Amino acid sequence: MTDMLKIADLHVEAGGREILKGVDLTIKEGETAVLFGPNGSGKSTLLASIMGYSTMTVTQGTITFMGTDITELPVDERAKLGIGMMMQRPPNIFGVKLGDLIKASSDNGEAVIQEAQDFKMQNFIDREINVGFSGGEIKRSELLQLTAQRPEFILLDEPESGVDLENIDLIGQKVHDLLFREAENGKRHVSSLVITHTGQIMDYIDADCGYVMKKGHIVKSGRPDGILKDIRENGYGEEE
Amino acid sequence: MPDSQSVRQALEKKGAYGKDLDLDHYDVEAKETVEIDDLQKSDYKRYMENVGIVADEIGRSGTLMFIDNNPSHCSPKVQEGLEVMTTQQALKKYDGLKDHFWKAMDPTKDKYTAKTYLEDGNGYFVRVKSGYHIKYPLQTCMLLNTEKSTQNVHNIVIVEDNASLEMLTGCSTAHHTNDALHVGVSEIYVGDNSSLTFSMIHSWGKDTGVRPRTSTVVGKNSHYTNNYVILNPVGSLQSFPVATLGDDSSATYNTMCIAHENSDIDTGGMVNLNGRRSRAEIMSRSISMGGKMVARGRMVGNAPEAKGHLECRSIILKDGGTTLAIPELEAHIADVEMTHEAAVGKIARDQIEYIMSRGLSEDDAVSMIVKGFLSGGNINGLPAELQKELDEAIAKANVGD
Ligand SMILES: Nc1ncnc2c1ncn2[C@@H]1O[C@H](COP(=O)(O)OP(=O)(O)OP(=O)(O)O)[C@@H](O)[C@H]1O
Ligand SMILES: [Mg+2]
Repeated sequence: MTDMLKIADLHVEAGGREILKGVDLTIKEGETAVLFGPNGSGKSTLLASIMGYSTMTVTQGTITFMGTDITELPVDERAKLGIGMMMQRPPNIFGVKLGDLIKASSDNGEAVIQEAQDFKMQNFIDREINVGFSGGEIKRSELLQLTAQRPEFILLDEPESGVDLENIDLIGQKVHDLLFREAENGKRHVSSLVITHTGQIMDYIDADCGYVMKKGHIVKSGRPDGILKDIRENGYGEEE
Repeated sequence: MPDSQSVRQALEKKGAYGKDLDLDHYDVEAKETVEIDDLQKSDYKRYMENVGIVADEIGRSGTLMFIDNNPSHCSPKVQEGLEVMTTQQALKKYDGLKDHFWKAMDPTKDKYTAKTYLEDGNGYFVRVKSGYHIKYPLQTCMLLNTEKSTQNVHNIVIVEDNASLEMLTGCSTAHHTNDALHVGVSEIYVGDNSSLTFSMIHSWGKDTGVRPRTSTVVGKNSHYTNNYVILNPVGSLQSFPVATLGDDSSATYNTMCIAHENSDIDTGGMVNLNGRRSRAEIMSRSISMGGKMVARGRMVGNAPEAKGHLECRSIILKDGGTTLAIPELEAHIADVEMTHEAAVGKIARDQIEYIMSRGLSEDDAVSMIVKGFLSGGNINGLPAELQKELDEAIAKANVGD
C-alpha cells in the first residue's frame, strides 16, 4: 500500500508557543488510524495543521500528501487534493446558508441536500452555518458537508463527542459510509485519522491502528482496541 | 411655507453631512419629456431591471417612472384604494396639498431641498386611502438621463389610517449619463394603524452625485420600514432619512452599501422616538473596497418606554479607503432603552478557511461571506420581493477582483 499521508518531525506553534514538538506519523491508503490523548495534548492542533489552518505555524518538519509536499499549501489546495475535515469547534459563518456552501463545494451538492433527511438535517439547509447549532447538530452538519465533498483522506475530530445515544448510531453509520466509499469487498481506499476519547466511534470504522499523543509527541502506537483498553485500565500515565 | 427669499438664501446652505456639491457644476437643463408606453419594449428596460423594477409588472400594483425631471410612464393597476399620479397633478387635484406639501420637509434644510423647492420639482404622488391594504408592491423608477444636469424630484407618499403599502423604488443613471446630480425630496406620511415599507435600490455612474432627502411622519400604532441598497460605484452619495414616530409605532431601517474605490458614501438614518412605547431598529451593513464609507445612525428618545437598537457593521476588504461608523444615541428622559453595536474590520480568517476547507478558493470564500453579510442572513422586515431583488443584485455585485 502506498503512503497517503506522511508527517515527519513536525513542529507547530500556535499563539506563540510550541504545541507539536516533533510528530512523525504515516497513514497508508485505505488505512484508518485513531488518535487518543489527554485534553490539551495537541490532537486538534495536529489535524488543523494537516488541513492547513493558518493559526498553526509549522516551524519545522514536513507534511506530505500522496507524494506532494503540502506543508506550505493553502487550505483550499489541500481540500482539492482530497483532504476533508470535521472540526471539533467550527466557526459560525454568519449570513451563509448551509445549503449554499454544500452546493458551492461540490457538483454533488444538490443530490446530497436531497439526502439531508438521512442526516436529520433537512431543516438546517437554509440556516446560517453553525450559528446556534447544538453540539450534535454541528457533527451532523459536518458529516453532511463531507459527504458532498467526498474526500480521499478524512480528518475527524471527536465525531461522537456530545452526541446522544440515539444519534450516535446515525453518526457512526455516516462516518462508516464516508470511510468505506467505493470500497471493494471491504477493502477501503479512503484513509482517515480519527480523534476519539471514548472509542465509541470505533464500533463503526474498523480502525487499523491507534496512536497516543501526549504533550505534543506521539508516545505510543499499536492495535487500536489494545490501546483503548490500556487507557481505560491505566489512564494516560503520570500527570504533570 | 417659508418665503422664497429665505429659500433662495438656503441655496448657499451646505448639507449637514457629506461632501458639498457645487450646484452650478450641473449647468445643463434636462427638460425633455420621454414618453414610454410599453415598458417591456423600452430601451430603458435594462436600467429599470437593474434596480429591481420589473418591466412586465407581474406581482406589482403599478409603475411610475421619471426620466430626468419629467414623468415618462404611469400605469396604476389597482383601481380601488390606491392613487398614483405626479405631484403636480396632485397639487391641482387637492388644492395645493396643504397638509402634505413641504410639511414633513423644510425647504430651507439645505441647498438641495431649496433647489427642489425653487425649481418646483415634480415627482410621484402616492396615496393609499384609509382602510385599504394594497397587496402587491408599487414600483417607482427615477432615471438620470442627461449628463451635467440635475434631477430635482419631489415625491409625496401618504398611507392613511388602517392601510398598508409596499413601495419599491429603483434609481439609476441611464445610457452614458455619469456626471449628473440626483436630488429626490420625499415626504412620507403614515397614519394610524398602518404600515409602509419603502425600499430603494440605487445604481449610479462612478461620478454621479446623489442627495436624497427623505422625511417620514408616522402616526400611532404603525410601522415604517426603510430599506436602502447601493452596490455599484457612485461618485458622492449622501443620504440621511429621518422618521418621527407617534405612540406605539415602530421603524426599521436597513442599509446595505458597497463603497468601491473612489466612491464616497455617507448613509444612515435617524429616528425620533417621540411617541410612548415607540421602537426603532437601525441596521447598517457595508463593505469597503477602498472607498469612503460613513455609516451613521441616530436615535433620539423623547418619550417614555421608547426603545431602540442601532447596529453598524462594516467589512473592509481593501486598504486605501476610510470606514467610519457613527452610532449616536440621544435621550431626553430617563425611561428609554437604547443600545448600539458597531463593528469594523476584516473577515475573520477562520471563517474564510473553513469555507476553503470545502474546496472553495479564498476569493470565492470571501465573496460568499461578504454576500451573506450583506443579505444579512435574516434581517427582520425585509419584504420577500426585495429579498429576491437583493439576492440577485448581491449575486451580481463584484466583490472579488
Ligand atoms: N491558537 C492557539 N493559541 C494558544 N494556544 C493554543 C492555540 N491552539 C491550541 N492551543 C493550545 O495548544 C494545546 C493543545 O490544544 P489542542 O486543541 O490541540 O488539544 P487537544 O489534544 O485537541 O485537546 P482536547 O482533547 O481537549 O480537544 C492546548 O493547551 C491549547 O490551549
Ligand atoms: Mg481537540
